[in-house]
Amino acid sequence: MITAFLLRSLDRKIIIAILALIAVAVLVPASNLMTSPDSALHVPTYVMSLFGKYLTYALLALALDLVWGFCGILSLGHGAFFALGGYAMGMYLMRQIGARGSYGNPILPDFMVFLNYKALPWFWYGFDHFWFAALMVLLVPGLLAYVFGWFAFRSRVNGVYLSIITQAMTYALLLAFFRNDMGFGGNNGLTDFKDILGYNIQADGTRAALFALTALFLALALLISSGIVRSKFGKVLVGVRDAESRTRFLGYRVENIKLFTFVVSAMMAGVAGALYVPQVGIINPGEFAPANSIEVVIWTAVGGRATLIGPIIGAILVNGGKTIFTGLFPEVWLFALGGLFVAVTLFLPRGVVGTIAHYGTSGRKSRKESVAAEKGESDEPIQAAE
Amino acid sequence: MYRAIKIFLLTLCLAMPAFATASKAEDTIHPLVDALGVGDFPEREVAIKALVASKDPHVGKILQELSDGLLFVNQDGGPVLLQGGTDDAPTFADPISGEAAADIDPDAMVKVKVNNSLRGVISASIGQLTLLSPDRGARLAAAQGMLKDADPSNIDLLNSALAEEKDPEVKKTMEAARAVVLLKTDASPADKKAAIDTIAARGDRDALTILMAAMQTAPADLQPAIQKDMDSINDSLALWDVAQNIWYGLSLSSVLMLAAIGLSITFGVMGVVNMAHGEMVMLGAYTTYVVQEAVTTYIPGLADYSLAFAVPSAFLFTGAVGFVIERTVIRFLYKRPLETLLATWGISLILQQLVRSIFGPTNREVRNPSWMSGSFDLGGLDITWNRLWIIVFAMVVFVALLFLLKRSSFGLQMRAVTQNRRMASSMGIRTAWVDAFTFALGSGVAGMAGVALSQIDNVSPNLGQAYIIDSFMVVVFGGVGNLWGTLVGAMSLGILNKFLEPYAGAVLGKILVLVLIILFIQKRPRGLFALKGRAVEA
Repeated sequence: MITAFLLRSLDRKIIIAILALIAVAVLVPASNLMTSPDSALHVPTYVMSLFGKYLTYALLALALDLVWGFCGILSLGHGAFFALGGYAMGMYLMRQIGARGSYGNPILPDFMVFLNYKALPWFWYGFDHFWFAALMVLLVPGLLAYVFGWFAFRSRVNGVYLSIITQAMTYALLLAFFRNDMGFGGNNGLTDFKDILGYNIQADGTRAALFALTALFLALALLISSGIVRSKFGKVLVGVRDAESRTRFLGYRVENIKLFTFVVSAMMAGVAGALYVPQVGIINPGEFAPANSIEVVIWTAVGGRATLIGPIIGAILVNGGKTIFTGLFPEVWLFALGGLFVAVTLFLPRGVVGTIAHYGTSGRKSRKESVAAEKGESDEPIQAAE
Repeated sequence: MYRAIKIFLLTLCLAMPAFATASKAEDTIHPLVDALGVGDFPEREVAIKALVASKDPHVGKILQELSDGLLFVNQDGGPVLLQGGTDDAPTFADPISGEAAADIDPDAMVKVKVNNSLRGVISASIGQLTLLSPDRGARLAAAQGMLKDADPSNIDLLNSALAEEKDPEVKKTMEAARAVVLLKTDASPADKKAAIDTIAARGDRDALTILMAAMQTAPADLQPAIQKDMDSINDSLALWDVAQNIWYGLSLSSVLMLAAIGLSITFGVMGVVNMAHGEMVMLGAYTTYVVQEAVTTYIPGLADYSLAFAVPSAFLFTGAVGFVIERTVIRFLYKRPLETLLATWGISLILQQLVRSIFGPTNREVRNPSWMSGSFDLGGLDITWNRLWIIVFAMVVFVALLFLLKRSSFGLQMRAVTQNRRMASSMGIRTAWVDAFTFALGSGVAGMAGVALSQIDNVSPNLGQAYIIDSFMVVVFGGVGNLWGTLVGAMSLGILNKFLEPYAGAVLGKILVLVLIILFIQKRPRGLFALKGRAVEA
């Protein structure tokens, strides 16, 4: 049954994208590890790590696309799920440091020794096991999304109101994690990681493996998302997005549909965060900043909402641009990013991928698809405007 | 003619006693001053005391000059003179009248010396003298000094000063000082009891400290009374703390309201979430800075009132910026409110970077005008002028907006569009222009909020970011498009925040408020004062 679900989820574009991701997962680490540094085919480790980071962002953008593109929930708090997944992984990595920290305490991480903790807080128990941390990477964001969504969707908070309270959620978490007595390292966050599953986290081999894993997880997430949106459930999802009241009147439990999608999306964001932390080497409360979550929205918008592949491309394009711009003209970057927000919403509402698909298909494919794309664009309920 | 002479003579007669007393006063004081120049230090101390006892208005000045080593006397005796001019070419004058003294040989003059113990006597005497000074501020300061540093030897001085004191506040302080002094003497228990009551009546923290100290030395039969007074002071202090918290809360609320009210208007009328609203506040604060610099440069006389120019300038400037944003970006996005949010966020990034490029990333200094600096006490409350003015300003803005919305034809059109855009359009209202001007109005109000914030916060490119989420919370809590909702929302959130702060700390308090709002919105998804009827769901 699961095989059938997964097979059904494949259309040609998704297959190409998944194959491309698998190829990247194999070829980039191979070229990093197997070719000599002066070979033309060699990918330096820092480039690989950089792209590994972009791929985690792409996963985060894909997660947002699932709720925003297909369910019409503009979450301005997805950075919170990303950061929570990152913190879960960071806590595991902190426990792995063991007695190698500056204070040499076998149980307590350095910052706790520094802040005069006598014993490990209860919520740090279990994080010395990888399987537990991996479970938490899924469960913590999932649970937060479940509780938050259960309240919000049941009382039919929607539109901009929902966006604003998701922003309030991540802002509250930002403030909370900045506090030293929360037990998460305060504003320094968690850093100085040594190894993961016994492998040195700085080693080229580990970095290559992390990169490959990120690409594979992204491919898997793409497969699952595609499965969701192409299933019967996915059709209802689009129904919720385009005409929520009508779907409800047809007898669907809109709040449950939204809740399921929101939780799945939050878990994907959590995985993205967990993959991000070992590659970047730090997690701090800054990841909860509302501005970060809004930036995720622009990656998705640039690539194209409701296209699944678009957010991946958008995240890589925008972040690549950010790396180049902030290196060359740091002054200009905010102008460029701000201009991008305005330009994309005004002139490119379908995003890069959506626009290409729109003009590419209108010639040869049936009229049906372009109508669907039209509908996808004017999806927002008009209610908030009136 | 005869009559004129008669009046002249009469006046002369009336004036004579005045002349007589004046010269008599000088005659009594001169020997006292001259006595300073003779004898050794103990004799000089006696002379100082005698001088103080004369109660002559010049005594304070002369003692100060003595302490500063400016009084000289001829080594062979004679009058004490005040040295002026420079050390190389000294001049000498009478210390009382200030008339230059003739025929003085500078080399023969020696300083009237004082030692440390004499300096102590002099400064104590000056302190006492200021209790009788004609200047109210000096008397108050002297009485407060005595209240803090009670010395039993001052009791007579306080008694005499009290007898002459007219000003109620100074009198109250003096009475308290006298009571404190009394507690340290061997006065009768009844007098001490009265003294304790006097101190307890002050009811502030100082009184509490004094009573605590008195508790140690007081006789056993007085201790219950002191304890009772201390308890009642503690109770009233707790009440004042509550009042102070309400005051801080009101002050925060007024800032929140100023920042949120423009947002509420645009959100309500247009369904547009303006993420650049915080930057409008920031632009308003920078306008204040620019206006301040311009006024100080071109009309320095009005520098203290540059805010009066800043308020309209900020309103017009940010209003114009808002108008441009609406016409160039937002009007194309009305059917897509969520994307407006993205576009305005982009605009906010651009505006921040623009200001950072022009003015630099560091804070700009906006000065508090003199009429907004300092604070005053109201009962147990400490009220700063700038906060008070901001509250007043917020109320004025609120009332003005209320009138604009309820009494002007523009307000009528705005409300019509809020309630039912299509119907309003059918009735001939140019909804596009209403939108543009509403957005300009909301931005302009944000600019005025920036003027107020520049007085209490750092003027930096990030100023707006600090307020935008709080403003959203106010709007979401109060309900959109309703000024009263914004008012009530801002008041409740501001006061709640300040009440949570002492118990939970500033950060945790804020988190609690956010969580409460998230829970609250479950109950009332459209805020406290939600629009009713068809406007809710179209």
